[in-house]
Amino acid sequence: MNEPIFEANDLSRSFTVGSSPFRDLANHFLHDRQPTVLRAVDNVSITLAEGETLGVVGESGCGKSTLARLIAGILPVSSGERRFRGEAYESLLARKRDALKIQMVFQDPLSSLNPRLRVGEIVGEAAVLHGVVPRAKVKDYVVEILARVGLPADSVGRYPHQFSGGQRQRVGIARALAVKPQMLICDEAVAALDVSVQAQIINLLMDIKRDSGLAMIFISHDLGVIRHLCDRVAVMYLGRVVELAKTSELFASPTHPYTRMLLEGMPKISMQRRKFMPIQGEIPSPLNPPAGCHFHPRCPIATDHCREIRPELREIKPGHMHACLNIEAR
Amino acid sequence: MSKAFFQVDDLNTWFFTRKGTIKSVRDISFDVSRGEVLGIVGESGSGKSVTGMSIMGQIDEPGRIVSGSISLNGEELTKLDFEEMRRYRGNRIAMVFQNPLMTLNPLMRVRDQMYEAIGAHEDVPRNAMHKRCIEALRAVGIPSPEERLNAYPHEMSGGMRQRVVIAIALLLGPDLIIADEPTTALDVTIQAQIIYQIRRQIDERGLGMIWITHDLSTLSELADRIMVMYAGAMMEIGTTEEIIGGARHPYTRKLLDSVPSRNVPGEKLKQIPGNMPSLMALGEGCPFASRCERVTEICREPVPATQLSDTHRIWCLHPFEN
Repeated sequence: MNEPIFEANDLSRSFTVGSSPFRDLANHFLHDRQPTVLRAVDNVSITLAEGETLGVVGESGCGKSTLARLIAGILPVSSGERRFRGEAYESLLARKRDALKIQMVFQDPLSSLNPRLRVGEIVGEAAVLHGVVPRAKVKDYVVEILARVGLPADSVGRYPHQFSGGQRQRVGIARALAVKPQMLICDEAVAALDVSVQAQIINLLMDIKRDSGLAMIFISHDLGVIRHLCDRVAVMYLGRVVELAKTSELFASPTHPYTRMLLEGMPKISMQRRKFMPIQGEIPSPLNPPAGCHFHPRCPIATDHCREIRPELREIKPGHMHACLNIEAR
Repeated sequence: MSKAFFQVDDLNTWFFTRKGTIKSVRDISFDVSRGEVLGIVGESGSGKSVTGMSIMGQIDEPGRIVSGSISLNGEELTKLDFEEMRRYRGNRIAMVFQNPLMTLNPLMRVRDQMYEAIGAHEDVPRNAMHKRCIEALRAVGIPSPEERLNAYPHEMSGGMRQRVVIAIALLLGPDLIIADEPTTALDVTIQAQIIYQIRRQIDERGLGMIWITHDLSTLSELADRIMVMYAGAMMEIGTTEEIIGGARHPYTRKLLDSVPSRNVPGEKLKQIPGNMPSLMALGEGCPFASRCERVTEICREPVPATQLSDTHRIWCLHPFEN
């Protein structure tokens, strides 16, 4: 096993919901109610090896995007530690030049790219500012990066709105690559794209991974995309990782009841009309998650102690971890 | 099929903008039978949503239905004036959109929105309305419907809201429901629940449904027939088996091949090179020609339909062999 490039230990992030100075003041005097706290990420520990792609999959509200922002270092943690090549984030992020080693690609390139800048500036700006490339050579450098993501050289002088969705996502990827990152975090980077364009972007990411050995964290709700692109997968449910395994292993023999439900619900191209089974239950509100195992109200094998005890993530087979009290290794 | 109650023939919906004419829908023809789900699949700009809006009579300036016919139970809808069409909308044809928050009024309780929908078309006493709303909510699998009637949309989860929208669509017992990406914004486990309930309603009530989506996987599991659109035109239509198992059009094949689950994990996905052509600058020929690997000179000429079986039709001069 390679030395991990990234390590997170007991990472948590909470948000106070509906807090405002006025409400805080009112609560202070009226001893009214405690502010509602949302535990978006709840004691998550993961590692990422050099050159590895780790997928994080889960449904809306499971905290996967918050986790992405924590790993990218653009959101402070509530508790827990993050390490990049052994160094704690706090000291790493203080050095701006080194903070660039971690880059992020967002879902919606239209809202993550400055609409008033030309592509040449968007892609080249940070690289020049932080001395990745001298200003005199930036033009050639940008053209080279654009070629790498499959954009023509004349894109340099155009604005983001002049591109199609897929091309814009290429600009977003070029922007991230321009500062020579060592870790790339993609948050739903292909979710908004059409199938044929999505395939183009996935192939591009695979090329980048193969050519540069870039370590990647790939956040998605789409199991098909995750399966295709990732070496290992973490499944999240209401802020917690419930299962973590090699991709092939997770898809072939999922152990956690939630993962199984997720895989069953995954639409597949099939010749037969599916017998859609009514899966019981809604996703509970993350504001008020069930006690014990968060999944117990929907779980077919829940027992009494699932309602009380929080299951820890534990290894049940080499490299295969899950957080379930009732299922042992098979 | 003879039991089709809904028919679209040679529909053309164009938008006349200052920059030029956008031919969003060109010569579309299909029908829907009772108890049938027709899936319309295509990428953004394929004209699938404009087809749905045309049926609902909701094409606004600068667009209009240029030619073609849309008929429900033998009555021609394109000839109806606004008031007559209003009586059809919601009553005989209902529509479900992708985002339930845009469809539901955030300031009204679910009950009032449902009452309003019934009241717009029928004169029913309140307690009868109430009973009908409860039934409709129960039919789409909403637990404790009595309580839900008093809730506001923001008090419900996304899946629950979309169920309410579907319940409203079912309220007046329409003949046809048009659903435009109804489960795209939902999580997979919730999507599976909703599709299950919709399919049951269609089978039980003998409704017809047009399910518009970009997601071939969901369609392959739900639809009886599938119609593939590209750049405003039909490429291929057939039963789900014919399209998923035996697609003959190069575009349909490429679309199927670019779905990750049809590829070996870790290997490069089969992708379609290039981009969709501008809808303003379309020639006479096949719109897919510029991206097609089987293209020849004759593809620049208008492409006639070829009937491959009773149900399978294709617009291609160089189809794949079966």
